[in-house]
Amino acid sequence: MTAKDLSKDEFFYGHKACAGCGGSLAVRNALKVIGKNAFAVLPAGCMSAVGFNFPQLCFANNAIISTFAGTASMLTGIEAGLRAKGATDFTAVGFAGDGGTADIGIQALSGAIDRNDNILYICYDNEAYMNTGIQKSGLTPFGAKTTTTPSGKNIHGNIRPKKNMFEIVSAHDIAYSATASIGYMEDFLNKVKKACEIRGTKYIHVIAPCPTGWGIPVSNTVEIAREIVDCGLWYLAEYENGEFTLNHDPKEFTGVVEYLKKQSRFRHLTDDDIQIIIQSRDAKWEKIRRDWRR
Amino acid sequence: MKPYLREKKNFGFSDIPGSTSFEAGYLVSVNSGWRSIKPVVNMEKCIGCMQCYLYCPDGAISIENKKAVIDYDFCKGCGICQKICKLNAIEMEAER
Ligand SMILES: Cc1ncc(C[n+]2csc(CCOP(=O)(O)OP(=O)(O)O)c2C)c(N)n1
Ligand code: SF4
Ligand code: SF4
Ligand code: SF4
Ligand SMILES: [Mg+2]
Repeated sequence: MTAKDLSKDEFFYGHKACAGCGGSLAVRNALKVIGKNAFAVLPAGCMSAVGFNFPQLCFANNAIISTFAGTASMLTGIEAGLRAKGATDFTAVGFAGDGGTADIGIQALSGAIDRNDNILYICYDNEAYMNTGIQKSGLTPFGAKTTTTPSGKNIHGNIRPKKNMFEIVSAHDIAYSATASIGYMEDFLNKVKKACEIRGTKYIHVIAPCPTGWGIPVSNTVEIAREIVDCGLWYLAEYENGEFTLNHDPKEFTGVVEYLKKQSRFRHLTDDDIQIIIQSRDAKWEKIRRDWRR
Repeated sequence: MKPYLREKKNFGFSDIPGSTSFEAGYLVSVNSGWRSIKPVVNMEKCIGCMQCYLYCPDGAISIENKKAVIDYDFCKGCGICQKICKLNAIEMEAER
């Protein structure tokens, strides 16, 4: 899919996200792929906070706020309810943040995958609880400074690595799951399209930088979302029919140091900290290249 | 189809449905006041490649007659479109 194939309609418009917000771009374009028959569920988090400020209601399609933990269970209910009413042509789609997915909503998501409910769950990952002012989530990467993982003399930001949500979800033997980045938009659009055509539970994990929380200029959101893939700290992959596939295998990685130092959340890192990040990247890619289809 | 501006009225209880639901795509305020700089499209240089449209987080760009057109009511002036444009057809100018 390219820009030409997208619906000209705008379904997420007039919202109050910060200028240059990556999450809002993910939501906007996913809905342009899915179309007007999307029934969107948004838990507590930036995208619900910026989309529903009565009477400013920024979704053109049906959309509802769920409890923080309940994205997937509300999707299950909406799908079952519409089916019971005889509807056939619709997509129940959730847009939840990293905190709402990897921490607080993981149980409901796991249950939905277990039942293989016919829903699409999109996690827009900005790597922290942004809407409440940048707290660490399970998807905050090693070394990142947040208000709950500050950097000081002894501790340099987050001491734990990022949870491997894509593989956790895939390990349920889900119908379809994928990773993406808003910096590689066509790849993301293709995956949303593909997910819409598969029956069962679908999960897409899209990196969606937050200029406010990452400490980058608002004009750099898309560039940094490309760079995280190019430097190997994120990867574009799919899981389907019990197999992992790597979609994009960079011949050479761009600099991790350059990627990190552009963001104020990483600026405190020492050379030793950065070595840890590079080593864990290399170990991950060794496994990916050994075990996944390319 | 897209959310659009309506009259901003003072909603009384009688206007609000019994449940916490309301008409979709109901807008009462613009975002133009957020900008300190604004993108301006050079119509000679623009070839309508749609990249700025694809990457605008606010959906404020549409392509009309093969040219990028910006909805200044909802553009926040982030400058992503200016960086994305390979033809340098967008320049950021100071808001005044
Ligand atoms: C049960 C519950 N706990 C806490 C909150 C407060 N809260 C609202 S949004 C939010 C952060 C959400 O973070 P994330 O899911 O990553 O989405 P983001 O804001 O980053 O888009 C928190 C903690 C809440 N609304 N409900
Ligand atoms: S804080 Fe970050 S995720 Fe939230 S609206 Fe602003 S840019 Fe988007
Ligand atoms: S990216 Fe540049 S050339 Fe392409 S449509 Fe936008 S302004 Fe025109
Ligand atoms: S400056 Fe930002 S909000 Fe305005 S049109 Fe360009 S990309 Fe969209
Ligand atoms: Mg988040």
